[in-house]
Amino acid sequence: MIRFIASRIGFAALVLVMLSGFVFTLFFVAPGDPARIVAGERATEAQVAQVRENLGLDRPIIEQYFSFVGRSLSGDLGYSYRNQQPVLELIKNRMPATISLCVGAVVLWLLMGIPIGIMSARRPGSLVDRLGQGFVLIGVSFPSFVLGMAALYFLYFVPRQAGFTLFPPGGFRPFLPNPGLWAWHLMLPWFTLALTSAAIYARLTRGQLLEVLGEDYIRTARAKGLSERKVVYKHGVRSIFSPLTTQLGADIAALLGGALVTEQVFGLQGIGSLAVQSVQTQDRPVIIGVVMLAGFFIVIANLIVDFLYILLDPRIRT
Amino acid sequence: MTVLSVRNLNIDLPSGDGHVHAARDVSFDVEAEELFGIAGESGSGKSVLSQAIMGLLPGAIISGEILFEGRNLLDLPPREMQRLRGNRIAMISQDPLSGLHPFYTVGAQITEAIRTHRKVSEAEALQEAVDILGRVGIHDPDKRVHDYPHQFSGGMRQRVMIAMAIVLRPALLIADEPTTALDVTVQAQIISLLNQMRRELGTAIIMVTHDLELLSSIADHAMVMYAGNRMELGPGEAVLTAPAHPYTLGLLRSSPNHESRGALPSIPGQPPSLLIEQKACAFAPRCAAAMDICHKERPPLRNFADGTRSLCWLEDKASNTAAALPAIPEEPPAVAQSSDIVVKVSDVRLTYGGRSLFGKSINLDVLKGVSLELPRGKTLGIVGESGCGKSTLARIIAGLLPPTSGDVTIEGQSVLGLERHDWVEMRKRVQMVFQDPFGSLNPRRRVGSIIGDPFRIQKVAHGAARKNKVRELMEIVGLNPEHYNRFPSEFSGGQRQRIGIARALALNPSIIIFDEPVSALDVSIQAQILNLIARLQRELGLSYLFISHDLAVVRHVSSEILVMKAGQVVERGETEALYHHPQHPYTRELLAAADPHYRKSGGGLADPQSSGATP
Ligand SMILES: Nc1ncnc2c1ncn2[C@@H]1O[C@H](COP(=O)(O)OP(=O)(O)OP(=O)(O)O)[C@@H](O)[C@H]1O
Ligand code: SF4
Ligand SMILES: [Mg+2]
Repeated sequence: MIRFIASRIGFAALVLVMLSGFVFTLFFVAPGDPARIVAGERATEAQVAQVRENLGLDRPIIEQYFSFVGRSLSGDLGYSYRNQQPVLELIKNRMPATISLCVGAVVLWLLMGIPIGIMSARRPGSLVDRLGQGFVLIGVSFPSFVLGMAALYFLYFVPRQAGFTLFPPGGFRPFLPNPGLWAWHLMLPWFTLALTSAAIYARLTRGQLLEVLGEDYIRTARAKGLSERKVVYKHGVRSIFSPLTTQLGADIAALLGGALVTEQVFGLQGIGSLAVQSVQTQDRPVIIGVVMLAGFFIVIANLIVDFLYILLDPRIRT
Repeated sequence: MTVLSVRNLNIDLPSGDGHVHAARDVSFDVEAEELFGIAGESGSGKSVLSQAIMGLLPGAIISGEILFEGRNLLDLPPREMQRLRGNRIAMISQDPLSGLHPFYTVGAQITEAIRTHRKVSEAEALQEAVDILGRVGIHDPDKRVHDYPHQFSGGMRQRVMIAMAIVLRPALLIADEPTTALDVTVQAQIISLLNQMRRELGTAIIMVTHDLELLSSIADHAMVMYAGNRMELGPGEAVLTAPAHPYTLGLLRSSPNHESRGALPSIPGQPPSLLIEQKACAFAPRCAAAMDICHKERPPLRNFADGTRSLCWLEDKASNTAAALPAIPEEPPAVAQSSDIVVKVSDVRLTYGGRSLFGKSINLDVLKGVSLELPRGKTLGIVGESGCGKSTLARIIAGLLPPTSGDVTIEGQSVLGLERHDWVEMRKRVQMVFQDPFGSLNPRRRVGSIIGDPFRIQKVAHGAARKNKVRELMEIVGLNPEHYNRFPSEFSGGQRQRIGIARALALNPSIIIFDEPVSALDVSIQAQILNLIARLQRELGLSYLFISHDLAVVRHVSSEILVMKAGQVVERGETEALYHHPQHPYTRELLAAADPHYRKSGGGLADPQSSGATP
């Protein structure tokens, strides 16, 4: 078991190293001269050369890479070409919005998807099940930005026309001092980001649970005289945590992509919009920083999923 | 005292194709401390019946009465029924591997059962769980109680299931095929454990099985079901020795357990569909004694002096009626003697191994030096429990898997290091037939093209010629050539095995390796397939390797037997000699396990588990 954990951590580190090498290479093969961008349109050749030297861009790529790795290990991700702010600082400022958005959305989609799936699976073919299936169909049929636009229109714009504010159109409020305001502002983004996944999780939960409820050990549980509630929740639902956890691990990467779109739609000043801006302005240190950070989070999240998986399934644990 | 009394029970299960009539007018009584056996082929309604008693058939349309301790279970409100389940009526399922929840410790699962019905503390319940685990023969129960199901072997898990079922001392225990998923030697231990428990706790046991011989040897009363009907009911001994119903007689005679050699008297045909309401005798289309009236009216109930009752138009017991005997196919002429060795395996070893990710080497010896010889036109039987390496050996002989060391020669030619072309030629001569007639046939392809596959792969016979060959093959194995265009799902298990055999015969092989060819089939169908296999050997002069865990089947078909255990041959010998004078203790154990009379006396059975338990 300890070996398994060690190997997972080692693998995670390897992924990050490869990722850093990959973005760094991209950085160099991409067209455009960063020194010229930093120096500005009207800079002279001499000025550009000076900037290049200042940024260390004249040194061999391998050397640059290792100095980059060394600096990032000590928490220095370099400076933005745009405004000379430290990249880490920029990212730190944007982090609360993105984390709030992502964590809230995950919690929301699990809280919506799993119960809907369970209710569907308990009585397949019933009215509840058909409503659940309808929800799944709607959820998976619309891309999240369409859902976002629709939410904006019906939950912000229409009430606004009628003269009151049901939900704000976006913007981020810090969690403290007023969590209520924070949640209220994030409500529409959360739903937008969560709905598709909630539908997918409802479908997954239903399918997995239906399969589990046909297992022999469920019959054993019923034969013991357990109440139907206990049969479904203690014996049935317990078994589907593992596949759900696996799915969650796979969805985290996609979640960041979804967050990027949602931040744009609702004008949230998060990592996603930072990424979009820095790509537009070719601000490479920021791009690299954001990619590394996203990679770091995906790797960490998957590590957590792996550990959860071990915790959940004694067949792996023992 | 009567614990359970089932009266005129009818069960209809709604399904996509209409109602499945899973039980028809079934009545029986179970007394306290009795072992009541229910036997019948797959799909005869045994499991449906036991689930109906447990009240676990939601959606079923049930009429009649199920009186348990005087109350009709069919009238009980669900909450009352729930209170009885696990407490007064308990159940053990067929497959202990899937019957326990994989994510909870066995202790948690047993205490859950206790605390559902009794107000005791967690600690007290755990103590009870430890006690009961000890009683069913789990060593170190106070430690094992915290283990998960996957940490126990199959037989041990079934012991845990039994412990969980009897911990509340139910009045009735329903065991639905408690041993079919287990190895033979373990089966015998489980049966004797159940037998012992009912005596100690006074629990009545309903034991469901398709093994009629096993039942009759231990059951006080036995009931034989066919297509949802109770065909025969009577004292276990009487049902076995003097069956009243032609179906019971047919079943008994078609199982290869007897001293019989040669062709088995099989029951022709297939069980009927349960979707059609039967108005006459359900067995009539397959019955050797059928009369005109049998096809027209439901048979009456006949009572005999020894307490057996039979649903049949025959006035006398079938065992006394010559007409009821299934026709015995004529004894095969002895195969020409020959000393020609077609398969020679010398000291074959197979080690799966290598290194794990972290450099620790792991080696698994699957075969530890196996040698054998198969003479032309003969059958060599290979028996042994699951995991002993039988199938691996078969794959090596068939050239599908290279051994780590040793040599295999087919008709004088070594199969190792063959050129591609020679290998293909060799593969034509050695064919395999597998256990699972469902798994090995592609469900989306028509039977004609499945059987024609070998022709296609080996590029022989095209178009109409191929089609004719396929039809010919279908006829040889007893399939209707008209069914050329059907899909595998439209055939029964026995017919699918015929398809598998036809495919194996396509390229005129000289050797066929059968890997558990009949273990997925019911007795009456099994006999048909065994007869087919024997006939093909006679007519085509084939040599067989016949692998099975079932000693009775192997004995029936083989001239020589090889007993394997843990990758080694522990004994080999001419069939009858090995049967009557087994040398190795393991062979004796297998023999004991396969012979119900041996089991009944309880003699000679090494049962280290239960003998080590404190009663
Ligand atoms: N839930 C169900 N809905 C519809 N038909 C069913 C259902 N369960 C079982 N059946 C049908 O009822 C018949 C009896 O099945 P049952 O499982 O009782 O057979 P069995 O005698 O236990 O067979 P086996 O030896 O294979 O366990 C079969 O035709 C089966 O297909
Ligand atoms: S009633 Fe007729 S067909 Fe049915 S078992 Fe008896 S003799 Fe055979
Ligand atoms: Mg069954």
